[in-house]
Amino acid sequence: MYALRQWSVRHARGLNVFYEAFESALVVLHPLWKLLGYERLERPVAAVERQVKGLLFDCRMCGQCVLSSTGMSCPMNCPKNLRNGPCGGVRANGNCEVRPEMRCVWVEAVAGSARIPGGREALGAVQPAVDRRLQGKSSWLRVARERAASAAAVSRAGGAP
Amino acid sequence: MIFEDEPVPGYPLPILPGHSSPGRFERVLRAGEFVVTAELAPPDSADPEDVYRRAHIFDGCVDAINATDGSGANCHMSSLAVCALLTRVGYAPVMQISCRDKNRIAIQGDILGGAAMGVCNLLCLTGDGVQAGDHPQALPVFDLDSLTLLETARTLRDEHHFLSGRKITYAPRVLLGAAENPFAQPVEWRAQRLAKKVAAGAQFIQTQFCYDVPLLRAFMSHVEQLGLLDKVFILVGVGPLRSAKAAQWIRTHVPGVHIPDAVVQRLAGAADQTLEGRNLCIELIQEIRTLKGVHGVHLMAYRQEESVAEIIERSGVLNGRVPWYPGRDPQTNATRMAS
Repeated sequence: MYALRQWSVRHARGLNVFYEAFESALVVLHPLWKLLGYERLERPVAAVERQVKGLLFDCRMCGQCVLSSTGMSCPMNCPKNLRNGPCGGVRANGNCEVRPEMRCVWVEAVAGSARIPGGREALGAVQPAVDRRLQGKSSWLRVARERAASAAAVSRAGGAP
Repeated sequence: MIFEDEPVPGYPLPILPGHSSPGRFERVLRAGEFVVTAELAPPDSADPEDVYRRAHIFDGCVDAINATDGSGANCHMSSLAVCALLTRVGYAPVMQISCRDKNRIAIQGDILGGAAMGVCNLLCLTGDGVQAGDHPQALPVFDLDSLTLLETARTLRDEHHFLSGRKITYAPRVLLGAAENPFAQPVEWRAQRLAKKVAAGAQFIQTQFCYDVPLLRAFMSHVEQLGLLDKVFILVGVGPLRSAKAAQWIRTHVPGVHIPDAVVQRLAGAADQTLEGRNLCIELIQEIRTLKGVHGVHLMAYRQEESVAEIIERSGVLNGRVPWYPGRDPQTNATRMAS
């Protein structure tokens, strides 16, 4: 929903705090997800994720969420799917070249990132090309699985950060 | 400027230490000259002579020729083909690659193919949306964006493998470029976006049309603050406006072109608007040239290509230097061909 999406960017700071806590909780619950089976959870979790993030961010379920690096403005709403910054066609009023009635998601992202501590630095990181195989998959479960795996690897390596 | 190891047309130059490409364009840039590039509009035709005619117009006044890739989302001869034709006679083309029409498989193939045909310079672009052109019903691809396109090209060149990890036996030796629009929103973040492009591999930048020098100056000082001036060659986009009406049309219809009201008024008040447009372009070039960190200008004179030679000549930016073109040094070429 467009109005709610704009609200989310205005409240990027609070949402980012909530989101980080939520992701940490997902990682902590990794043993539970593993017990229930990530494969079995994929469909119901993805369905919930689609509803929640769809409402808040107009999420397109790319499956590799970068919201916390883009000021809580979902870059997949850009008609050119740009994940690394705005194109050169942004209108003088800050609206989209392709959809003139919509604010450029990157104008929003730059504004949103200023509200998040370290947000501007995160915006400067080069995001890799989208893996199109992950379309429709749960980003939450992927984060839980990958973070838990990297934490396990770190502890195996002797606790070095 | 004649490089003594300059080959006969079609043959690559030796790659000097610290250079990425065997191309003349990189040589001139790194020699510290004020560089001039121009945009060639690929023809709506399959006749190679149409390409050569369009290139010939720039003879003696440009160091490299950009071949656009479906600019404005309109269909024309492909950039790869135009560049391949140009290298046959020795021109230094800049192959523009837009992310709009091709996925990462096609793009990587084109980079290898272009390099094999002697293309030494790539310009990595996002591309205009399909709504802007004559095929609005087409599928917009945008598999990569300009940043990941830069990284992809750099991976091919420096790491000698495809994105998949599969090895390349002979890497493309190319100089990597990108675009920037210092005049579009969010203006305050544009220099940082340039930093991101440099981090992703951009070695030269060609900007969108500049008609607002104060905005450009602010952008350049921001670029300097970010410590980018010695990391990237910046060529500023310029072009003659045909009339006040044309300026008005461009700023409302062409995505991302910012033309201040004062410019439109100046043209409207002139007796000969076309001449005034060219005079304005020359003044802009002369002013832009004085900015720290600007290494050249990129002329986009759509449908006024014949004015480029006169504009460059009158601006005096080449300082008597004659950029290479086929037939510039007939005697040297004859002796080299014979040996």
